Amino acid sequence: MSENTEAQVRAECRAWLEANWNPEYGLVEWRTKLIESGWGAPHWPKAWYGRDLSTGLVPVVEEEFQRIGAVGVAKAGIRVLAAATILAHGTDMHKEKFLRRILTGEDTWCQLFSEPGSGSDVAGAVTRAEMKGNQWIVNGQKVWTTSAHKAHWGLLLARTDWDKRKHKGLSYFIIDMKQPGVTVQPLRQMNGHASFNQVFLTDATVQPEFLVAEVGDGWAVTTTTLMHERRGADALRSWARGSTRPGKVYDEERAEIETTMEPYKWYPQRAGRVDLIMPRARETGSIDDPVVRQEIAKLLCMSKAAEWTARRARTAQEQGRPQGPEGSLGKLISSHVARASARVHTQMSGANALLTGAGSPMDGVIAEILVSVPATSIAGGTDEIQRNIIAERVLGLPKEPSVDSDKPYRDVPRNIVG
Amino acid sequence: MKFSFSSEQDEFRTNLRRFLTDRSPTKEVRRLMETDAGWDRDAWRAMNQELGLTAVRIPEEYGGHGFGFGELCIVLEEMGRACMCAPYFATTVLAAGAILNAGTDAQKQALLPGIAAGDTIATLASAEDNGRWDGASTTLTATPSGSGYTLNGHKSFVIDGHTADLIVVLARAPGSSGDSGLSFFTVSGDAAGLTRSVLNTMDPTRKMARLTFDGVEATLLGEAGGAAEPFARTMTEAVVCLSNEMVGGAARLREDSTAYAVMRVQFGRSIASFQSMKHKLADMLLEVELAKSTAYFAAAALDDGDADAAASASLTKALASDTYMQTAVHAVQIHGGIGFTWDNDTHLWFKRAKSSEVLFGDAHLHRELMMRNWAA
Repeated sequence: MSENTEAQVRAECRAWLEANWNPEYGLVEWRTKLIESGWGAPHWPKAWYGRDLSTGLVPVVEEEFQRIGAVGVAKAGIRVLAAATILAHGTDMHKEKFLRRILTGEDTWCQLFSEPGSGSDVAGAVTRAEMKGNQWIVNGQKVWTTSAHKAHWGLLLARTDWDKRKHKGLSYFIIDMKQPGVTVQPLRQMNGHASFNQVFLTDATVQPEFLVAEVGDGWAVTTTTLMHERRGADALRSWARGSTRPGKVYDEERAEIETTMEPYKWYPQRAGRVDLIMPRARETGSIDDPVVRQEIAKLLCMSKAAEWTARRARTAQEQGRPQGPEGSLGKLISSHVARASARVHTQMSGANALLTGAGSPMDGVIAEILVSVPATSIAGGTDEIQRNIIAERVLGLPKEPSVDSDKPYRDVPRNIVG
Repeated sequence: MKFSFSSEQDEFRTNLRRFLTDRSPTKEVRRLMETDAGWDRDAWRAMNQELGLTAVRIPEEYGGHGFGFGELCIVLEEMGRACMCAPYFATTVLAAGAILNAGTDAQKQALLPGIAAGDTIATLASAEDNGRWDGASTTLTATPSGSGYTLNGHKSFVIDGHTADLIVVLARAPGSSGDSGLSFFTVSGDAAGLTRSVLNTMDPTRKMARLTFDGVEATLLGEAGGAAEPFARTMTEAVVCLSNEMVGGAARLREDSTAYAVMRVQFGRSIASFQSMKHKLADMLLEVELAKSTAYFAAAALDDGDADAAASASLTKALASDTYMQTAVHAVQIHGGIGFTWDNDTHLWFKRAKSSEVLFGDAHLHRELMMRNWAA
């Protein structure tokens, strides 16, 4: 195991970067080099573009990238969830076809799970996939699909057997989003952005080899994707930031952020922008108001506690020790922090918090925080679902009696759509 | 060490928890809380003979084990979990802390080995009837007389003050004000002119006393007029140690409430299967884990000598105060009617949560102190 010590990983990564990094590469060209070297996704298996590095050592590699200013592989958005799911459940053909273009950033992905009739209850999906001739024909409607309008590929959860019980009748597919049977309609959000969509599937087709795992195993695969989504919730905040340095690869990364990453540009605001609290407190003079100071302090206590709790979880992981409950709380904590931050920003800005656009507090950023934060406690699993998960999986509390999982799904009552 | 414990520390905790489960069950807590002293000298001796707990953070040159706040706070967290009745906090955190922070080497040599051995029960008397925790509010006076000093005035909210063998007293020079003129003194528990009476408080698991000083002869500890800084340092340490005790108690309440909810059947099902209960228990877990993270962080910050250790201390006390009390409120609620009875153990921790909440300053005070630190 000696090749895996922190110092050796650092030295090896640094030497490789020093020998290979050049900001005048094209973005895809540079990422291809990263993929071939294994430094782009070092915690991935050696067989698939990685180095089998423990996840605990990934920050060491990231530090080396930052030190030299090197651009990494494409890490933003649903493509990360797609990669994790394909690595866990995909065939060699899936890995061959998709992983490389995920890392280069050439392909964009979306997640087709939620439906108008199944939000928190994702396993209640009624989009149907039927084998007709030699391919799957898909009909139904998906919703809250971030980046569907940009995506080349979708992770699709569909019902393939109505006579089986709820969780047993589902299958998981990779669907080509650029086909006539797929219609994407943006949904305008309360903050004015339109990063998610409705997706209408009308006799859309999926080739049989794009089924992931077996027919009827869709729920297990979905659980993998969702687990990675919850775990990654925190990371989304910092993704949409490019470097200001000169160089072709930076230019192309900035262009990527402007286009592919556009749906995520308000994500820092939805997390509440705690980083702006102290600067705004000084700027507005609220720092001297004893009532506001208490609220600022409450928020900072919570946000520091959240940060230190995440560090506890990460340290346990790095040391290969069993993680305590602290590892399952991040998403719920971030909702509390975001809401408290929006409250304090309002308190500090007063009537000015209403103003948007140029000349308003921070050119509209403050107002955008206030109308973006409500997404935090809903997206990727509501706070209520998070609490259920914590209660059942961490605390081991008994499940609610179920009324829908012990009979053929066709007999389960559901919203009547259309 | 801010984010994890070593395997030695984990083992220490495991042994300690086993010991306290055995020696300080709630039956024993209930026995001791009904006594005037509030603790038992035989049990105290056994604890120190078997585990050497009073020696944990006292340096080796003064007869201790020389561990840091990391280890001391493990002891306190586990004692908080057990709601233990013992003069441990007063002796090792408050008195030993003040002696270490203010005393001369000769004074440390004279006073600390007895504390490390568990022979000397000691405390710190700083607050007075006004219930304020800052040194500047001190009114008790120390007047030079002969080779020593004479103390006149009173102290209150002195933890284990009625049973301590040795009392470290914060006093001021006559005519001085604010942080200047403050000095520490040591007084024997049976000194002439010292009257001690146990306070009637709502938390019987942590006894406090009011002390009156009527011309009590005292020995200067450390530098005359120089106590403000070592006192502030001692309070910072006390706040971190108390916060660790608090998260131990909060964790115990949370675990007991969870177990009770799982066991309790109403409407034909365990009440823990109802979402209203699940969500409450999930929130309690979240709050307790957040408070734990800050308590561990603040203890390590003291050991690491972090420049903003005082801010971390206030941060953790603010969070621990709110969290312990809120957890206790939920715990009573989850237990329902039985949770409001004397026979159920929940009230032991509820009361400890309340006394801890206000001791050394409540959440509001510490939020303000934290902001002063950070805004500076």
